[in-house]
Amino acid sequence: MTATLATTSAVVSPAPDSPLRRVARNFFKDRVALLSLVVIVGFFAVAIGAGILTLTNLPMPMQPNATNLERKLLPPNSTNWLGTDNLGRDVLSRMVAGSTISLTVGFVAMAVSLSIGIVIGAISGYLGGWVDNVLMRIVDALLCFPSFFLILTAIALLGPNIWIIIVVIGLVSWTGTARLVRAEFLTLRESEYVRAARAMGQSSPKIIFRHIMPNAFAPIFVTAVISIPDAILVESGLSFLSFGVPPPQATWGNIIADGKTYILDAWWLIVFPGFAIFAASLAFYLAGDALRRASETRPK
Amino acid sequence: MKPNLLELHDLSIRFRTENGTVDAVKHVSLSMREGDSLAIVGESGSGKSVTALSLTRLLPTPPAEFASGRIMFEGKDVLKMSAKEIRAVRGGGIAYVFQEPATSLNPVFTIRSQIAEGIRLHRPDVKNVDEEIVTWLGTVGIIDPAKRMLDYPHQLSGGMQQRAMIAMALSCRPKLLVADEPTTALDVTIQAQILAELRRLRTEFGMSLILITHNFGIIRGLCDRVAVMFRGEIVEYGDTASILKDPQHPYTRALISCVPRLGAKRERLQTIDYGWLAKA
Repeated sequence: MTATLATTSAVVSPAPDSPLRRVARNFFKDRVALLSLVVIVGFFAVAIGAGILTLTNLPMPMQPNATNLERKLLPPNSTNWLGTDNLGRDVLSRMVAGSTISLTVGFVAMAVSLSIGIVIGAISGYLGGWVDNVLMRIVDALLCFPSFFLILTAIALLGPNIWIIIVVIGLVSWTGTARLVRAEFLTLRESEYVRAARAMGQSSPKIIFRHIMPNAFAPIFVTAVISIPDAILVESGLSFLSFGVPPPQATWGNIIADGKTYILDAWWLIVFPGFAIFAASLAFYLAGDALRRASETRPK
Repeated sequence: MKPNLLELHDLSIRFRTENGTVDAVKHVSLSMREGDSLAIVGESGSGKSVTALSLTRLLPTPPAEFASGRIMFEGKDVLKMSAKEIRAVRGGGIAYVFQEPATSLNPVFTIRSQIAEGIRLHRPDVKNVDEEIVTWLGTVGIIDPAKRMLDYPHQLSGGMQQRAMIAMALSCRPKLLVADEPTTALDVTIQAQILAELRRLRTEFGMSLILITHNFGIIRGLCDRVAVMFRGEIVEYGDTASILKDPQHPYTRALISCVPRLGAKRERLQTIDYGWLAKA
């Protein structure tokens, strides 16, 4: 009797459909998402290529730091596609070299801030109580400082080294992630499947990382993507103020900083690196936004 | 004579809230032997779910607090167990099936990975976990379990989700299954199937069962004994047949009369009349 009854409840279900796959499918249906992804991949290809060339000392078409005072401040031409700066250095080569810096800063700083933010947010949201109170007051205190000046201070004290800059950017920008993760955890902690997992005898770390985290993954991933351009912009800003990566190493920010003196005579020194910053940031923001939209419809 | 599997002695549970304390469970004493099945019946807020959750200390403390009493499971005091001991009891000793199967399953994992988790946790000696999952899904009446276990929860119907929950609970081989309103979220035909399944599993495995419900209609033939709870107290406790035949407490009578009977003259459905409270 039970067997015959059971057949009635057997439904025809489609092929297994993981939430991750569904987000990917939605994402790839989105034209803006695809375009931004192409731009991001393009920047990556250039940055990684340049990184490899630099690290392996392979011959480059043009050295980013090679000066040639006879060919200074040339507008875009057939040899120097994006012109040269006041020391005769090729702007395109410098921008390519700078892309490695910018993307490294963006990604590593994101990784640093994400790891801190996830851990603090997860602990705060899952445990609640006084732990939550203490951690969130620390976050509030950090948010009171204008983070850019915090970074400037730290770099003034520690010296402008690219890794120090990256870590410092990461260290001051985790607060938003922490708050977001905490909010997600506060909601998910009360969910029935977390209660069911506790009733199964799961330990707290396992519940946090295996049961709650994947469900909070979408918003966390979106903030991660969006925090990349934030870090890139901060680094460009620092370089512009010459607190960034020390010269002669080229970054998008310090190409603009060097070029600002010649802004009326040599527009290409400002426009091209400025456009690179703009395009990279916009691509990441749009990709993050598209990801958010793609992950919005959750299964029942 | 087998020793008692579960004993509650004078258990009282309080909730401290900003608006004062609430006594959710007052001086409840119960005992169960292995293989027994007990129904805890009562309306919303009568303390039946709180009692069930307290068995493995699943209540958040605070705001909940154990004001008095002991909970003895297999001769050990649950309230004095270490975190590690209590985790072994959860799932391995006492397993739960909750009311809402749709939300009790984690939406981002397949049925298989969720059941596998419990098996790995409580029965580390099981070699072929997949085979075990297929067996249990088949046992609870899921057709084509090898294929279904690869599904995500939202791909299953409510009845199948609840079957999967039961399979998940049983696959840990608990001594006691606590079913907290297991059929409330399901429609009537599926309710009947799930109850039939529980009844069959009970006879097949001699499993001890606590069924929490507000519906006197579903316990006949499934539970040997009944504890009727009202406002945190057990107002009547005895074997199912005699309580159904001759309820002593006015609240029990009221609850029983709420169940519409097949073939009875059509009239207004009964609601609980609290008139007896004033007299008491």
